[in-house]
Amino acid sequence: MKFSLEWKGIKLSLEDLGTGFAMSGMKVTLIGLVPLFMFLALGSAFAISLTKDPSILPSQLIDKPFPEFSLPDLFDEEHMLTKADMSGQVTLVNIFGSWCMACDYEHEMLMSIAKNKELPILGVDWRDTRVKGKRWLKKRGNPYTNVVFDEFSKFAIDLGITGAPESFIVDKRGQIRYKHIGPITRKNWDEILKPIVVDLQAEKLGAE
Amino acid sequence: MKRIYTIVLVAFCLFSGLNTFAQTTPHISEAEVEQRARSVGKSLRCVVCQNQSIDDSNAPLAADMRLLVRERIRAGDRNEDVLIYMRDRYGDFVLLKPPFQPNTYILWFAPMGLLVLFLLWYIVQTRRPKQSVKIAQLSDDEQKRYDALITKIEPKS
Amino acid sequence: MIAEFGQIALIMAMLVAGAQAVLPMVGAYQKDTRLMAFGDRAAIAQFILIAIAFLALTYVFITSDFSVKLAALHSHTNKPLIYKISGVWGNHEGSMMLWVLMLSLFGGLVPMYGKTLPASLKARALSVQGMIGVGFLAFILFTSNPFLRLNPVPLDGQSLNPLLQDPGLAFHPPFLYLGYVGFSMAFSFSVAALIEGRVDAVWAQWLRPWVLLAWSFLTIGITMGSVWAYYELGWGGWWMWDPVENVSFLPWLVGTALLHSILVLGKRHTMANWTILLGIAAFSLSLVGTFVVRSGVLTSVHSFAVDPARGVVILFLLLLATGGALTLYALRAHELRGGPGYTTVSKEGGLVLNNLLLVTAAVTVFLGTFYPLLVETFSNEKISVGTPYFDATFAPVMIVLIAFMGVGPLLKWRVDTWTTVRKHAFKSGLLIAVVGLFVYIYGKSVLGALSMGIAAYLAYSTCIAYGRKIGFGKAGMMRRFRAQPGASHGFFLAHMGMAITMAGVVSMSVWAKEDVQLLKINDSMRVGAYEFTLKAMTPGREENYQYLEATIDIKKFTKKVTTLKSSQRFYPVREMVTTEAGIQVGVMRNLYVGIGDGDSRKGWVVRAYIHPMICWIWFGTLMMALAGFVSLFGRKVKAKETA
Repeated sequence: MKFSLEWKGIKLSLEDLGTGFAMSGMKVTLIGLVPLFMFLALGSAFAISLTKDPSILPSQLIDKPFPEFSLPDLFDEEHMLTKADMSGQVTLVNIFGSWCMACDYEHEMLMSIAKNKELPILGVDWRDTRVKGKRWLKKRGNPYTNVVFDEFSKFAIDLGITGAPESFIVDKRGQIRYKHIGPITRKNWDEILKPIVVDLQAEKLGAE
Repeated sequence: MKRIYTIVLVAFCLFSGLNTFAQTTPHISEAEVEQRARSVGKSLRCVVCQNQSIDDSNAPLAADMRLLVRERIRAGDRNEDVLIYMRDRYGDFVLLKPPFQPNTYILWFAPMGLLVLFLLWYIVQTRRPKQSVKIAQLSDDEQKRYDALITKIEPKS
Repeated sequence: MIAEFGQIALIMAMLVAGAQAVLPMVGAYQKDTRLMAFGDRAAIAQFILIAIAFLALTYVFITSDFSVKLAALHSHTNKPLIYKISGVWGNHEGSMMLWVLMLSLFGGLVPMYGKTLPASLKARALSVQGMIGVGFLAFILFTSNPFLRLNPVPLDGQSLNPLLQDPGLAFHPPFLYLGYVGFSMAFSFSVAALIEGRVDAVWAQWLRPWVLLAWSFLTIGITMGSVWAYYELGWGGWWMWDPVENVSFLPWLVGTALLHSILVLGKRHTMANWTILLGIAAFSLSLVGTFVVRSGVLTSVHSFAVDPARGVVILFLLLLATGGALTLYALRAHELRGGPGYTTVSKEGGLVLNNLLLVTAAVTVFLGTFYPLLVETFSNEKISVGTPYFDATFAPVMIVLIAFMGVGPLLKWRVDTWTTVRKHAFKSGLLIAVVGLFVYIYGKSVLGALSMGIAAYLAYSTCIAYGRKIGFGKAGMMRRFRAQPGASHGFFLAHMGMAITMAGVVSMSVWAKEDVQLLKINDSMRVGAYEFTLKAMTPGREENYQYLEATIDIKKFTKKVTTLKSSQRFYPVREMVTTEAGIQVGVMRNLYVGIGDGDSRKGWVVRAYIHPMICWIWFGTLMMALAGFVSLFGRKVKAKETA
């Protein structure tokens, strides 16, 4: 090797001293492969993870009983609604708010479900004011069988809500069977939600 | 080496001591509620934000969660109970300190396991006489030249 | 027109990088000096071409040419000039441009400073550098072209995210990238050495300054990010263990280990294995960082507009680069081990332990960051890993590391005895007890007292080690002081910086006080010994935002300390609100207020904090960065030829 390091005029050529790591051959050794394998394992994990959406939080409440609640009616402050008002039918529970843009988008679909009397819909007006909530429903029409008013997220937290709109399908026994995050559209209603509802409506109480 | 292990052990106990929860008392002062709510709030994730605790977040849902935490504590919940309450609704996701369970064994064991493994490897490796691979042994003369050069680079006191 | 000019320069840069990737490597195999020398010219040409493209993009932003889509999306005519410039890299495409600019800068410096390098080693390293360049230039051109035109041309742009309109953040990415990309040198030279089949002290001595440079820039970059988060995000945190912070911390931890290994390799001809592997790892982790921020696989407070397609390409590049390097390593590893021996208690041994601990720390941070992703990938369950996890796992590893950091530098090379350790441990134990007791009386916290004791121990041990080097108090001290190589002073500054940072971190985590309350005008709240009174709320307007400013008086026992102003800013173009914290900076404590939502009827949310010794954290890390430069530019191992 032609070059060397100098220190105060002394040529420090470590080459001459026989140090340094000269590698002549190539040989696969087990220990040498360890870093490569670790890296490949991680790389494949990354690759798989790219196919997933990290923002969707699965619900804890699937196949658990719908939480008990006692909340005021949006239209009547004095009137408390409870789980008993869900009346043993397959019910769609929909979380909305007048502040929520995507709820606007979803509203038409809910109206159509209500018009066809496909199933009762329980509305949860979340983090809203009474006045705004009522005005919002008046303007767009009210698809809900009942609307409860959840000003401080108490019920929303019980339901494990992260945003609006979110919807649950509750079966006749009052168990949560499905959770849908985001607006209900014609497409996902027809393809995903409705078949579940139809199946659940066909379930006989006391069976199993 | 024993001493080092003891230090590690002591450090551990101290750090894990940080995370033990307060005991229940039926009637608690507002100051205590506040203090405990803060420690609970720091370990709950704001589920609508990204990687913030509910204590650090300005999101409305986080504010409601903070209120709920205080309510639960006033109702007599221990700190753990509040965490369990949230976990029942939002899952493990809501806990900033992941629970110790089969799918987190690696997460919890790896740091310490690795450290212990490394230290053992180090001791075994340095106790074993070194085989010089592909490196010519220096002759006495070369060794002297070598040491002289090294002293130049690293002046001794 | 200028944009098309930049576009052409960028395409040409990719072609040049392609040639640089192939020809010098072929030259090195065929021992063809002309082909090898081509690498030099190509590296410089690549830098010039990318610089032209980058300047063209900057010109587009400065002149607010909104026919270019990128400028339309991220700039605005009413932005101050400095943010028009920093807006260039305040978005995905532009920041990738900055990334390749830095990459080609380092590549271009090789021919300038590497005149003494063996031609074949240099040719191979430049070829590897060219391969990285070609990959990333293709990535820019095919998935994130910054020069795309927009038709019709909008009247005005959508402006830069207001959070990024800040001097701290304007320069945070360039420093971070200088660090990230600086490690590409360690990567390229490690791969070149593996191909070449030779790793030696001279190789290490040549590479060391580049590693130091990259490491120091990365340290500055991370510090700036931390300071920025502290005053801009409005809740007084300086480190949140956010994935994006963590991925910048990973190359730092590994880079620190690399720094120490390369020092040993340069002096003692051992740890070649470590140096090569850490060199590959430091840059690979920088790539992982790039991958994570841009692919959206992890949620974070500061991710770019994410696009999985980009993630796929970066992941592919990562697999190619790191996979290739590690395959090469696997073939050579059997010959990299060995070297002069050393005993359990020795300076080499201490440095190996240092590496092992830093790697453990890095694995911990890596796991904490990526574990949720791994769990989700394999089981569909979702978990979170936050600060409490890192407090419980990272902190103890650091404590053990610091315990070794105190003793290691006092040991002799090759062989030392337990007696040296025992003697030092005795004195240190005494010191920790005294300092700890003093701190306990003042601060009433066992954990705090013990940790402060350990920080003091590190400072004390560092002074002892440095004192011995320069023969403190003995005749000829000044001469020896001047005769020390830069690395000695660097050691002192870096380790002292670490002790100072640790003291800051400990007091922040043990003694920080905070409160949040709703205050109306003239309402007060008390935090620790301080009383915060909301005096006024004043609205106003600036060039590109409106604000509402809170004036808050702070008193300590009836004595007025200061008046702080904190404001909420509303940026109409982006419809975004940001919080500007009011901070009184002090050596022993910062007072910090942040104003939140509210109105005159129910009051405003006021967050008030007392942050003890928080500035020590950043002062310490800047000392570490300075240490890197001191070792670089301090006395060099070079002198006139006499023989």
